[in-house]
Amino acid sequence: MALLEIDNLRVHFDTDDGVVKAVDGISYSVDRGQTLGIVGESGSGKSVSSLTVMGLSRARNARISGSIKFDGKELLTASDDELRTIRGDDIAMIFQDPLSSLHPFYKVGTQIVEAIRTHRDVSKQQAYDRAVEMLGLVGIPEPRKRAESYPHEFSGGMRQRAMIAMALANDPKLLIADEPTTALDVTVQAQILELIERLQSEFDTAVVVITHDLGVVAEMADEIAVMYAGRIVEQADTDTIFAGPEHPYTWGLLSSIPKLDAPRDEELVPIAGRPPSLINLPGGCSFHPRCPYVKPAHMKVDPALEPLPDNARHKVACLLDSQTRRRLWRELREGTAPVEARADVMKDTPPEEAIEALAETEGRPAGTSVEEQPS
Amino acid sequence: MVTYIIRRLLWAVLLLFVVSFITFVMFIVLPSADPAVLRAGRQPTPELIAAIRENLGLDKPWYVQYGIYMRDLVFHFDFGHSYQNNVEVKDTLFDRLPATISLAVGAAVVWLLIGIPIGIISAIKRGTIMDRAAMGFALLAISAPVYWVGLVSIYLFSKDLGKVAPIFQGSGQYTPFTEDPIAWASALILPWLVLATAFAAIYARFLRANLLDVMGEDYIRTARAKGLGERRVVFRHGLRSAITPIVTIFGLDLGILIGGAILTETVFNIPGIGRLAFDAIQKSDLPIVQGTVLIAATAVILANLIVDILYAFLDPRVRY
Repeated sequence: MALLEIDNLRVHFDTDDGVVKAVDGISYSVDRGQTLGIVGESGSGKSVSSLTVMGLSRARNARISGSIKFDGKELLTASDDELRTIRGDDIAMIFQDPLSSLHPFYKVGTQIVEAIRTHRDVSKQQAYDRAVEMLGLVGIPEPRKRAESYPHEFSGGMRQRAMIAMALANDPKLLIADEPTTALDVTVQAQILELIERLQSEFDTAVVVITHDLGVVAEMADEIAVMYAGRIVEQADTDTIFAGPEHPYTWGLLSSIPKLDAPRDEELVPIAGRPPSLINLPGGCSFHPRCPYVKPAHMKVDPALEPLPDNARHKVACLLDSQTRRRLWRELREGTAPVEARADVMKDTPPEEAIEALAETEGRPAGTSVEEQPS
Repeated sequence: MVTYIIRRLLWAVLLLFVVSFITFVMFIVLPSADPAVLRAGRQPTPELIAAIRENLGLDKPWYVQYGIYMRDLVFHFDFGHSYQNNVEVKDTLFDRLPATISLAVGAAVVWLLIGIPIGIISAIKRGTIMDRAAMGFALLAISAPVYWVGLVSIYLFSKDLGKVAPIFQGSGQYTPFTEDPIAWASALILPWLVLATAFAAIYARFLRANLLDVMGEDYIRTARAKGLGERRVVFRHGLRSAITPIVTIFGLDLGILIGGAILTETVFNIPGIGRLAFDAIQKSDLPIVQGTVLIAATAVILANLIVDILYAFLDPRVRY
């Protein structure tokens, strides 16, 4: 049995504007020592799903259903007190902005000591020694001295190291890293990712990395789940996601990563449009207003996440058949622009329907802006 | 830090000069009455008025008067004498200060004890009936003028008039703490409550807003992710940040009140700085007015300085 097993998790929030379907039926699992990357734009539900694992999305207006099994124990029905003993002990989390995530008024060492003493019955001195040891372990020079510093006296990278030290101080079984490098300089990003990888192998921790940047998980994740509008739209091992992605949204994410070996004047291809409102999801496939390969039927039928016929571990939620998807991806890699590809797909449909479909997709105000890059 | 404090103190001295000068000029330009005429009694002769004028130095040009005043103040720490009864202003001020400090500090304790718990509870229980009721009352308390609340409370609770519960000694019963602590407290309890009402309401609303802000911060999420209990999250992490701005306004409010709570002191007839200033203005008694203004200005300036210094200890990010 996997360490963390999430099954058909839904997190809906009742708001004055309507029900926000932040997470709408996702399933995944992570094993000890494994790394899962969850990738998607802002508002795709990737953070909410992980906060829910921690029990941190329990609000009066939240409706949560499905199942989250951690180490065989159901967390969704666990009491607040039970969850609290797991949080920061068996499951730890690090966040996007390490400056705002550390309390500005307490010394770094004090904050780590607090994390340790919440779960371990040790003396202040023992906890402090452990905090210093952890700071050293995450590569902070002169850890005994730096434990006496305040967060604002640390650089961005050091703060994230301190956050990692705090998260790993209790030797958790699962580490959730929510955009761990987004607020950091590029050079520091690589160091932090390396650090997480190194500590993961040392502590045999399971890691869930949440990011909008496929580049971040390319190296470290064993498996990747791509989320869009509260659902997983494609899931496979990392090599498959990069070599043979089958969801048009994944293609979009891949083509918006800059490549060092590409010609300098090659333009990045952004994904047109914006993520949909989670209150009024588009009918049919949620991605259809932004999908260059949309067919009229896609606006009516909602695709399920299904395994490929020839690879049960590769799951895709797309109404195009696998053959067409593979052909499109091949053409894309050879340099065929997505709009031509759309026309290509449209050839199969009767002309009136195709025109109608195109008018509908292109007429959407959300589908027209290309400058809006997902953050 | 030390150079910062010295610099601030030098600025304070300059500021006090400016304040005293403005007070003096206002008095010359807009006199409420001629002090010599007031001093001379019912049937003054012109000779008597002229003699008083000369005696008080009022016959000299105003800038000479100001010069003499400043000379005595700076070199002899002498605030001059009252135009009305010749008593030393310095003595009068120090006589009156304990009553004002008693009122201000006592009221401050009351409003902190009421305002802070209400603010915390309202923030934690946001949107509940308790929160709405507390914030509704707070709005009422802020809107009600202090002299009105004072008069109503005398009407309801004082021994001679009390319509509801005659528990309060009544106005003008102030006794120094050193003479009789119990009489001191029983004479001040109603003024404390009245003065504290509006402040408690302001503090409750302010703390509630601050705490709500802070509870949305990332580091609160981190505290919860560490597995801390909700009480520890609120008090050690949330309140620690939310209380800091409260300390700032508390220092300033206390400083202003040490300069005299004119309305409360007048309504309850408490012999404090505020009451003294009120009477002196009516009697055109410039030296007393100057004295009370300088005391008030000093209190505010010092409170500001103390708050700024304190802030550096409360918030490690602040350094001078």
